Amino acid sequence: MNHYDTIIIGGGHNGLICATYLAKKGQKVLVLEASTELGGLAATREFSPGFNASVAHTLSHFSAKVAKDLNLAAYGFDFNAAPMTNIALNSDGEHVIVEGWGASSKLSGVSDKDKESYREYHQLLKRFADLLKPFWLKTMPRIGHSSLKESLTYAHLGLKMRMLGKHDMGEFMRVATLPARDLMDENFDNKQLKALLSWDGLIGSKMAPRSPNATILSLLYRMSGKYEGAHALPKGGIESLINALKSAAITAGVEIRTGAKVKKISIKADENGLRSEGVELQSGEQLLSNNVASAVDPKRTFLDMVGAENLEIDFTHRINRLRCEGYVAKLHLALSDLPKFTGLDSLDGRMVIAEEMDSIEFAFDDAKYGEASQKPVMEIVIPSLADSSLAPKGQHVLSAHVMYVPYKHKNGWTEEAKAELYERVIDTLASYAPDIREKIIAGEILTPLDLEQQYHVTGGHWHHGELSISQMLMMRPTYEAAQYNTPIPGLYLCGAGSHPGGGLMGGPGHNAANEILKAKQ
Amino acid sequence: MNTLMNSNHDLAAAYEDEQLQVTHFHARSSKFNIREAWTAWNGYKFADYYYDAQYEYFCVRNSCATYDICPMQKYYITGKDAMTMLNRLVTRDISKLNINRVTYLCWCTDDGRMIDDGTVFRLSEDKYMLTSGSPCIAWFKKAAVGYDDVEVTDVSDEIAALAFQGPTSCEVLKKMGLEGIENLKPFNIMHFPFKGDSDKKLTISRTGFTGDLGYELWIDPSQALDLWDELYLAGEDYNIHPYGETALNMARIEAGFILPGTEFNEALKTVHLHHDQTPFELNLGWLVDFKKPHFNGRTALLKDKTDGPEYTLVKLDIDGNKAADDSYLYDSKKCKNHIGYITSTMWSPVVKANIALAMVKTKYIKGQIWAEIYYSKEIRPKQKIVECTVVNKPFWAPARARATPPLRY
Ligand SMILES: Cc1cc2nc3c(=O)[nH]c(=O)nc-3n(C[C@H](O)[C@H](O)[C@H](O)COP(=O)(O)OP(=O)(O)OC[C@H]3O[C@@H](n4cnc5c(N)ncnc54)[C@H](O)[C@@H]3O)c2cc1C
Repeated sequence: MNHYDTIIIGGGHNGLICATYLAKKGQKVLVLEASTELGGLAATREFSPGFNASVAHTLSHFSAKVAKDLNLAAYGFDFNAAPMTNIALNSDGEHVIVEGWGASSKLSGVSDKDKESYREYHQLLKRFADLLKPFWLKTMPRIGHSSLKESLTYAHLGLKMRMLGKHDMGEFMRVATLPARDLMDENFDNKQLKALLSWDGLIGSKMAPRSPNATILSLLYRMSGKYEGAHALPKGGIESLINALKSAAITAGVEIRTGAKVKKISIKADENGLRSEGVELQSGEQLLSNNVASAVDPKRTFLDMVGAENLEIDFTHRINRLRCEGYVAKLHLALSDLPKFTGLDSLDGRMVIAEEMDSIEFAFDDAKYGEASQKPVMEIVIPSLADSSLAPKGQHVLSAHVMYVPYKHKNGWTEEAKAELYERVIDTLASYAPDIREKIIAGEILTPLDLEQQYHVTGGHWHHGELSISQMLMMRPTYEAAQYNTPIPGLYLCGAGSHPGGGLMGGPGHNAANEILKAKQ
Repeated sequence: MNTLMNSNHDLAAAYEDEQLQVTHFHARSSKFNIREAWTAWNGYKFADYYYDAQYEYFCVRNSCATYDICPMQKYYITGKDAMTMLNRLVTRDISKLNINRVTYLCWCTDDGRMIDDGTVFRLSEDKYMLTSGSPCIAWFKKAAVGYDDVEVTDVSDEIAALAFQGPTSCEVLKKMGLEGIENLKPFNIMHFPFKGDSDKKLTISRTGFTGDLGYELWIDPSQALDLWDELYLAGEDYNIHPYGETALNMARIEAGFILPGTEFNEALKTVHLHHDQTPFELNLGWLVDFKKPHFNGRTALLKDKTDGPEYTLVKLDIDGNKAADDSYLYDSKKCKNHIGYITSTMWSPVVKANIALAMVKTKYIKGQIWAEIYYSKEIRPKQKIVECTVVNKPFWAPARARATPPLRY
């Protein structure tokens, strides 16, 4: 029987990245993916004949280091795609538009005062984002008993904070956990601008502008990207990233099997304790390895694939209590032609429907009590503009992240409830693009529950688990599993549920590979 | 006057939920409590002693006596995963525990700190009963998370239980008509039709907390008073008598058994770091089975075992006859180097010695141990420094406690 150095469960981008790093260091690596395609939440799949889309539709903070280390450019990934324009739609066509990125971005539809404030605001946040940036690609120190190296990480962070100077350091401490609303209110007047800028702190979370927690930290996390938070769609779309990762993996010698669902992580149990020794597939097939690294979310990994009987009681409890109910639904529309958005010439930007922060807040209020928002807010992209292969010639795909749609509907997610939500979302869209209904050939809405079932992610959660303070940094997913290794020797985590979190970024896969290689020596 | 009475009445009503419950045997046992010496155990009215603790102690040691264990916490663990769930919860390997067997065990936090000790009864293939001195339901429910088929039910109130201990206990049960009871081995369980009625089941285990021959009787609460009457009728010529907490405490010290809040601090109720204990500190290493690949706290306990626990619980024979309550222990008569403390102490009438349980820093156990005793002589404070000897065997462990059939007394 084949014996691998490492078996990776899950062929999403993190699993592939982890696998490639390991294979490049000479490990014999096998990636097992349950679905027929690679890419996980970023996999491109046909949702209607001839029309394709991926759940994740733009890149904001994909790691430049990973792209370089794995030489993704050589495999067709265009990391230099221009950033997308961010547009806060207004039904009268009075849009607020942020074009370009960083200090050179151009704002329109706002007062001169807001334009000026934006520069200061952006520069301050950029300094904070730069401060945090190195730590997204580092293993966080262990709570309680840090090694010297881990203590140095603390020291490094402390030093970086000191280097901000007294004023900025104070501001960082004040701003980091501020509700997004407070930060926006103290900087800007324009309602649409405030909603637009808070969006990236909120999307994917169970938080709204008034929620104190990690919304600003999420914003800073996304600002670690090449365009300081601005999103991009590479030529060839998200698919080009997954294809490049796949080619890089295969070239490095990684063996990949799709349609191979792991049922259990096999655990050797004897008087020396427990140790993972491979996996058992749904088919019953047994595969052996020294290490197993799971890119599957922590709750599934531990409760379903390891089993409570192999874990400690309080640890199991913490995993069981992980906050991982998703609140984002995914809309995919097959369009006969581009719709006309009132007052907008070009549709290659990222369009946000949320006219003010309270629109987001009220949408959240409905979802908190188990109902889909009466007035949903959303972000819209037409990915077929960057990747024409997604739709038949001349036709298009519209992709939208819709908030807030609870994983658990208080009356259950029936077909009627879904149909009602779909209609509501299309109605909302129609107030900005009045001809949208005429253009729709087919459409689907995936609730977090659908995402859970189709993509094998607990709660259908964007980050595999809420990116909130209680589940961040050295607490991600929970202490005693936050350094990629787990209480089971030989078992590692390498997916979005680990530090630094989700989004197409690659941090977890990169960091986990480091830990696995370190343990080998 | 009237208003006052009214308000008193309201007060009683307002606090009704907080009033002590009475046990299933209260109607009978309270008749013995002529001193009204009540204390509380797990929310139940509970006798500290009935008439005279010394007398009750001598009943336990010389004839037979009953101890009301209704307030003891009892949980059913049922379902296909019951064994797996329990085996991960406790440090001992119970996978080989047969039906109708009981074993003593303990359970620990993830960090290997002891939460509580108790006994587990295997009642059928997928049904166990776990007992503990104080409530543990929250922990057991947590321990059931992640299993498909296991249920934890608190049945403390739904079972009437009476410990019946002492050298003549077997005789009395025989007299009560429980045929074959003499063949019940320690830690085994037998079931009898109560008063010949097979619908009424009396379950008897040969278990107890006195270190002597003894049994525990388990029955449906509706039969509790009948059971009491039957037992007291059969035991009339044997001086059967209820004993309270004080007498129990004497018996258990002689037997070398530990108590929460005395020898150990329940981990989940401990505030200060490491003011709780590991089983190794409590000399319960024999309850920790590292041949078992996994159980809660295993990693931490392996480290504790390898490093050696800082303290170890020991049994001491203390010179003289002055009670060494709460005494500090030293490695020399000079009392310079403090090496431990006394947890429980008494003058043992059966051993005729001043005995104690104590926590001593492990590395000093082999050396001299001196106790600094403060006592009062007609309210004048006095101090004495006396030498202590470590005793390895339980102070009280008569052969009849283990023999089957029990030796006649
Ligand atoms: C609605 C939505 C929209 C999003 N939009 C964006 C976006 O626009 N931009 C962005 O950057 N991020 C976005 N994200 C987040 C991003 O998609 C995820 O955080 C990221 O894809 C996670 O990558 P991963 O490799 O860690 O895990 P995943 O992509 O979830 O991959 C895990 C893989 O494991 C597989 N798997 C699970 N169980 C098993 C098993 N038992 N055996 C074998 N394989 C198994 C799954 O099939 C899956 O392929 C979005 C997320 C959601 C939910």
